[in-house]
Amino acid sequence: MQLTLGPVLFNWNPDQWRDFYFRIAEEAPVDTVVVGEIVCSKRSPFIADQIPTVIERLVACGKRVLLGSLTLMSLPRERRQMAELAETKDFMMEVNDLSCLGMIGGRPFAVGPFVNIYNEAAAAYFASRGAERICLPPELPLPSIREIAAALPEVAFEVFSFGRVPLAISARCYHARLNKLSKDNCRFVCDKDPDGLAVLTLDNEPFLAMNGVQTLSYACTSLLGEIEDLAAAGVRALRLSPQHCDMVAIAKAFRSVIDGKDSAAEAARALSQIYPIPITNGFLYGKPGSTFTVNAGARK
Amino acid sequence: MELICPAGTPSALRDAVAAGADTIYCGFNDETNARNFPGLNFNREEMRTSVAHAHKHGVKVLIAINTFARAGGLDVWKRAVDDAVEAEADALIVADVGILDYAARRHPQQRLHVSVQAAAANPDAIRFYVEAFGARRVVLPRVLSIAEIAAITQNVTCETEVFIFGGLCVMEEGRCSLSSYVTGKSPNMDGVCSPASHVQYRKQDGLLISRLGEFTINKFAGEEAAAYPTLCKGRYQTDQGAGYLFEDPGSLDATTMLPGLRKAGVAALKIEGRQRGRAYIEQVVRTFRQVLNALDRNLPVPTDGLNALSEGQSTTVGAYRKSWR
Repeated sequence: MQLTLGPVLFNWNPDQWRDFYFRIAEEAPVDTVVVGEIVCSKRSPFIADQIPTVIERLVACGKRVLLGSLTLMSLPRERRQMAELAETKDFMMEVNDLSCLGMIGGRPFAVGPFVNIYNEAAAAYFASRGAERICLPPELPLPSIREIAAALPEVAFEVFSFGRVPLAISARCYHARLNKLSKDNCRFVCDKDPDGLAVLTLDNEPFLAMNGVQTLSYACTSLLGEIEDLAAAGVRALRLSPQHCDMVAIAKAFRSVIDGKDSAAEAARALSQIYPIPITNGFLYGKPGSTFTVNAGARK
Repeated sequence: MELICPAGTPSALRDAVAAGADTIYCGFNDETNARNFPGLNFNREEMRTSVAHAHKHGVKVLIAINTFARAGGLDVWKRAVDDAVEAEADALIVADVGILDYAARRHPQQRLHVSVQAAAANPDAIRFYVEAFGARRVVLPRVLSIAEIAAITQNVTCETEVFIFGGLCVMEEGRCSLSSYVTGKSPNMDGVCSPASHVQYRKQDGLLISRLGEFTINKFAGEEAAAYPTLCKGRYQTDQGAGYLFEDPGSLDATTMLPGLRKAGVAALKIEGRQRGRAYIEQVVRTFRQVLNALDRNLPVPTDGLNALSEGQSTTVGAYRKSWR
């Protein structure tokens, strides 16, 4: 079982962003790293200068690099950016929107979790177009994952396994709206919330996390207890989505369970110290994503 | 512009035909369509007779097979495609790439429309559906401004269709898991959003509390009208206070945008609401028929007839006006 570090979904300070990846490159036991701004194109210029340096460091440390595409593109500028990204010959693009398919021109690519692949027919179609890796949508239950992976043994399937779950994308920027700003003149207020802004119910119950045009869960998904089930289902990589915490330690916790050095329960205890946010895994069990099910079959 | 009206039952379809719809869209009574509500939709026999009835009156029927197929259960969706073709649907509305691929191969003559659930929001995405599956029309997600719709329509070789009235998705359609996060039931997999089966209303301290699953979606004081607890239209709070963080309760009414949509080259206008009752459908369709007739004759557009039908009495033109973002 491999580990993939997903793209940073939040608006981090560019220097912090670069240093995060430098440390990941040198210390995190992950095989693949997805780089790039995939949520809001307005943030892209801030990290543009850092991307080549970051990629260079990741490659030097033996990581496979994927270039993440935007999730929702409507502006001509955004489409031009993605067309340029798709022309990068050295690294595969991770496509988060179908509009990138025509830009890739027959080269192999990866599919990100924002493309709707819910069944083996859709997966087969993307494989026929050159998809080598597919990160499945986070809401997919385990039986579906098993069916899809069994039908296409040549594709490396990946499952969203750690982080606040991306639940929706919109044309509207909720951070701008909250601050009574227009999206065009947003003053990049989302940078004040490098882990997302907590959205609570009127009963003060933590519920969602706001990240500009994206809405995530407040709770954090962790599939530490389901690694064996995922491996048995034919999943080849677990995706860890960067939160504002020690992601090297998170990657090590997952690695230790994969390698059989720690039990899932031990790793979960460590994880609750590193990122003290309620844990969920409901989607995998076909239950509400906000719930947690104890995996009775997990190795103790 | 073609007026496309919803029908959740055969009798609603007949009402919409009588009220002046150019085209009706509907679905089978199973998980293949995105309005999979109890007591709604058409069995196979009802579909055949309803299509025949519409055709007799010169009205087209589009069959929505627009959820994403369950892995290992593809036959249900393939059968729906085959049966829709056999029922002589004028087009199938499909979202799933796997099902589009099947429909295009198995029924190459069948007209295919790309569902709003496919989230095709720019010319490149639309071109993909046209080139890969021969799609003849795309239903645009409710995230675009009129100017963007015009630019898209000019740059693609298929027709474009937009929603003009009814429920308003604030998130891009087909890419929202809020409902399954809270209820386990998702638009993409189950064809439902914020389903009534998971709604609870509770009275406490003089407030009416609406809940979905295990979460409070809103609280209403005595005189305030209680809106349905659709997740993205709930009242929540951050460290900056409480309010409608995503969107107010309310619905889409793009009547004032119709001249702009016509100028943009949009081929078809769609009314949301297959779950609605006959009286509602009849009234909305009749009103929009009058509006479009007035528009065609360059007469002032009557807008008063629709206000009473909108949820919570409040409406928005949504993303069609760029400042909505």
